[in-house]
Amino acid sequence: MPDRITLEVARYRPENESAISFQKFEVPCHKEWVVLDGLNYIKDQLDGTLSYRWSCRMGVCGSCGMNVNGEPKLTCATFLADYAPGPVRVEPMTNFPLIRDLVVEIGDFMRKLTEVKPWIVRRKEKPLSEGEYLQTPSELDEYKQFSMCINCLLCYAACPIYGLEPDFIGPAAIALAQRYNLDSRDEGASERLDILSQHEGIWGCTFVGECSKVCPKDVDPAGAIQRYKLSASLASLKRLLMPWGAE
Amino acid sequence: MRASPYTEYHPRWLRRRKSTYWWLERMSYLIFILRELSSAFVAWTVVFLLMLVHAVSRGDVAYQQFLSWSTSLPVMLWNLISLFFVVLHAATWFRLAPQAMVVHVGGRRLPGAVIAASNYLLWVMATVLVVWLLVGG
Repeated sequence: MPDRITLEVARYRPENESAISFQKFEVPCHKEWVVLDGLNYIKDQLDGTLSYRWSCRMGVCGSCGMNVNGEPKLTCATFLADYAPGPVRVEPMTNFPLIRDLVVEIGDFMRKLTEVKPWIVRRKEKPLSEGEYLQTPSELDEYKQFSMCINCLLCYAACPIYGLEPDFIGPAAIALAQRYNLDSRDEGASERLDILSQHEGIWGCTFVGECSKVCPKDVDPAGAIQRYKLSASLASLKRLLMPWGAE
Repeated sequence: MRASPYTEYHPRWLRRRKSTYWWLERMSYLIFILRELSSAFVAWTVVFLLMLVHAVSRGDVAYQQFLSWSTSLPVMLWNLISLFFVVLHAATWFRLAPQAMVVHVGGRRLPGAVIAASNYLLWVMATVLVVWLLVGG
């Protein structure tokens, strides 16, 4: 294994550039170093003006998503040694407006996320004296996979539909909606369905499946969307056949 | 005078255009596009079947005319291409079925491989039935 590796890092400085350019940096290639370590080395030792997001360095915060050699990756979980002898191309995530260098603008996702009400909705809260809402392990298993989402947005970077139709609500937001729909304590499925049954919701997805492949937490957003399509279709059928009884 | 799109506190975002050839960037994107395209060939297969039924309903002469047309080289080639896409359509959707279908048996979720395998099994059974009806029935 070489002791150094070249990173080709995307640069975009809006005050004097109108397009991305690539700058090469040589960084140490220790076997335990991840791409994020390389970027931190550049920031600390070579060029302090490089801008990128990161926080926990342990695959939990979801801040450090970037395209590494064209693939959406968490840079804190992507080892430099796996790309030896290099070079390694580090770019901002695709499908998002670029603010600076490797920092993308994620306001669109934040707005869509709140639209799908990713919290437990109750028609009427029971009094505290009645205790907590209990749940069996099998009820937990129903939604646990979808609750692992860390909002890293790699799924949006991998989704060509989101790139082509920015109004599409997108994989993570729909997976999180499904996480609450499948929660036995939640009663907000019909409210979310009104938002997600629009064209920009679940029907915008054509099941490319890349979102599930790049997900670092095995959330399977593509699966969540297809399951949602099935339940939305059944709900519509129920409304059609039993307009007096359906919610 | 037109205002500069860049200010200190509202930086100019770079909006990158998606390439027209984005579907060639990854094999999975290409397979997705081929899968979408395969729907047209599935539709053609249905039309071809309806044409066959229509020819049969019009009598022996019309049926023989349909047979000679459908065995001409261009139609045979077109149907071979259609067969490839129809098989691709079925195989790609069977591969994706476990993600869309969650089946519980005895309180346990069935593994995806079982769901995919059962789809293939039904496909083989239906094919065997059709072949039996055509050849041996």
